[in-house]
Amino acid sequence: MIEKTDVVIIGAGPVGLFAIFELGLLNISCHVIDNLDKPGGQCAELYPEKPIYDIPSRVSISGQQLTDDLLAQAKPFKPVYHFNQQVDTIKKLESNEWLIKTSLKKNIQAKCLVIAAGAGSFVPRKLPIKNFGHLEGKNILYAVRNKSMLEDKKLLIVGGGDSALDWTNELSKNSNVTLMHRRKEFRASPDSVSKMLELEKNKKINFLLGQIENIEDLKNGKIKVLTKNNEETTIFEVDYLLPFFGLKMELGPIANWGLNLNENLISVDTEKFETSVPSIFAIGDINTYPGKLKLILSGFHEAALMAQECFKYCFPDKKNIFRYTTSSKELHKKLNSI
Amino acid sequence: MKIIVTNREGDKQIFEGDNSSTLMEIIRDEGVDIEAACGGCCACATCHVYIDDKWINKLKPKDDDEESMLDQAFDVRTNSRLSCQIKLTDDLDGIELEIAPE
Repeated sequence: MIEKTDVVIIGAGPVGLFAIFELGLLNISCHVIDNLDKPGGQCAELYPEKPIYDIPSRVSISGQQLTDDLLAQAKPFKPVYHFNQQVDTIKKLESNEWLIKTSLKKNIQAKCLVIAAGAGSFVPRKLPIKNFGHLEGKNILYAVRNKSMLEDKKLLIVGGGDSALDWTNELSKNSNVTLMHRRKEFRASPDSVSKMLELEKNKKINFLLGQIENIEDLKNGKIKVLTKNNEETTIFEVDYLLPFFGLKMELGPIANWGLNLNENLISVDTEKFETSVPSIFAIGDINTYPGKLKLILSGFHEAALMAQECFKYCFPDKKNIFRYTTSSKELHKKLNSI
Repeated sequence: MKIIVTNREGDKQIFEGDNSSTLMEIIRDEGVDIEAACGGCCACATCHVYIDDKWINKLKPKDDDEESMLDQAFDVRTNSRLSCQIKLTDDLDGIELEIAPE
């Protein structure tokens, strides 16, 4: 099935969310795709509680509050969100529209593509140990996609956050789990922490202080993990190693779309914020141009100008009459304020 | 004020610091390969450095936020710090550090 819309926005961070609003004012419909499981991008993932002081008119606002307000502002335009997936490939159709395929096999057809991907997709941080790429996805898992393959296996889970503790608690039901962390304090939710400590007390899991030092492929389906705590070394032979060290950002598949890049950022003009490929735009932290400042407010400005140009692609025969939200009855109707 | 940085390749470089910046800002703006993804608000661990033992005790101790974010770093040592949390002061002139693995 192919879903159709006017514009696909990649990235549901603050700039992507505001783009829905600016496009919506011009009657342009949107689908929004994000690799995270929720909207807000870095604001919601990295610093939901931290105050931001440079949003015009907001003396101080938290990352989460900014996200919530932008979602509310975009809501009248009925955007369609697709979370937990990234855009893998894009293809130009004969109609000059784009066919966009996501990692969850969704197909979306759109007239324009707006890349508002910040510093890229959030992906798990990988171990900085060289020469073990071939074990990733085999013995080293950065995410659990299929719980049943871990049943009755010997697992070493590493980390002290929610992912590490939640999986320790869950997988201990059917597997032999050791949890390793560099200290016996955890930044996971208090619930998960007490559950884990209870499991440890009842000897349902092992807890070990330490960090990963090296990994050896035993070539029999298992791996040897050398761990170190101060000067003390412990060696584990396990079926699976599950390191949970949070998320990092990567440009990902966008790098392969033939856009002009400048040091991993997408080059755009400052009139339309269009990339080197017509009808593909880039706004917010992911773009670059002379004088670029990576500020949320710069991204908002870029979204407004981008929308003006998208209008031409979406409605080539229509004239775009510039209107203010304060005075236009038509815009009030759209914003449900009458 | 001098800052002596050993990068991941093991090369030593000397940068000029100032007491209105953090250590991360100087390192990042000099183009050293350090991600500093969150921009300095102690919300990631991608500006992780090892402070030379001669200097580690001259720094203000880590607060809970920094200690907690270090959980997302690899190969954390007793001299591990997040460079965005180190405000440069005149008595840190000559501080030596090494960029931690990515």
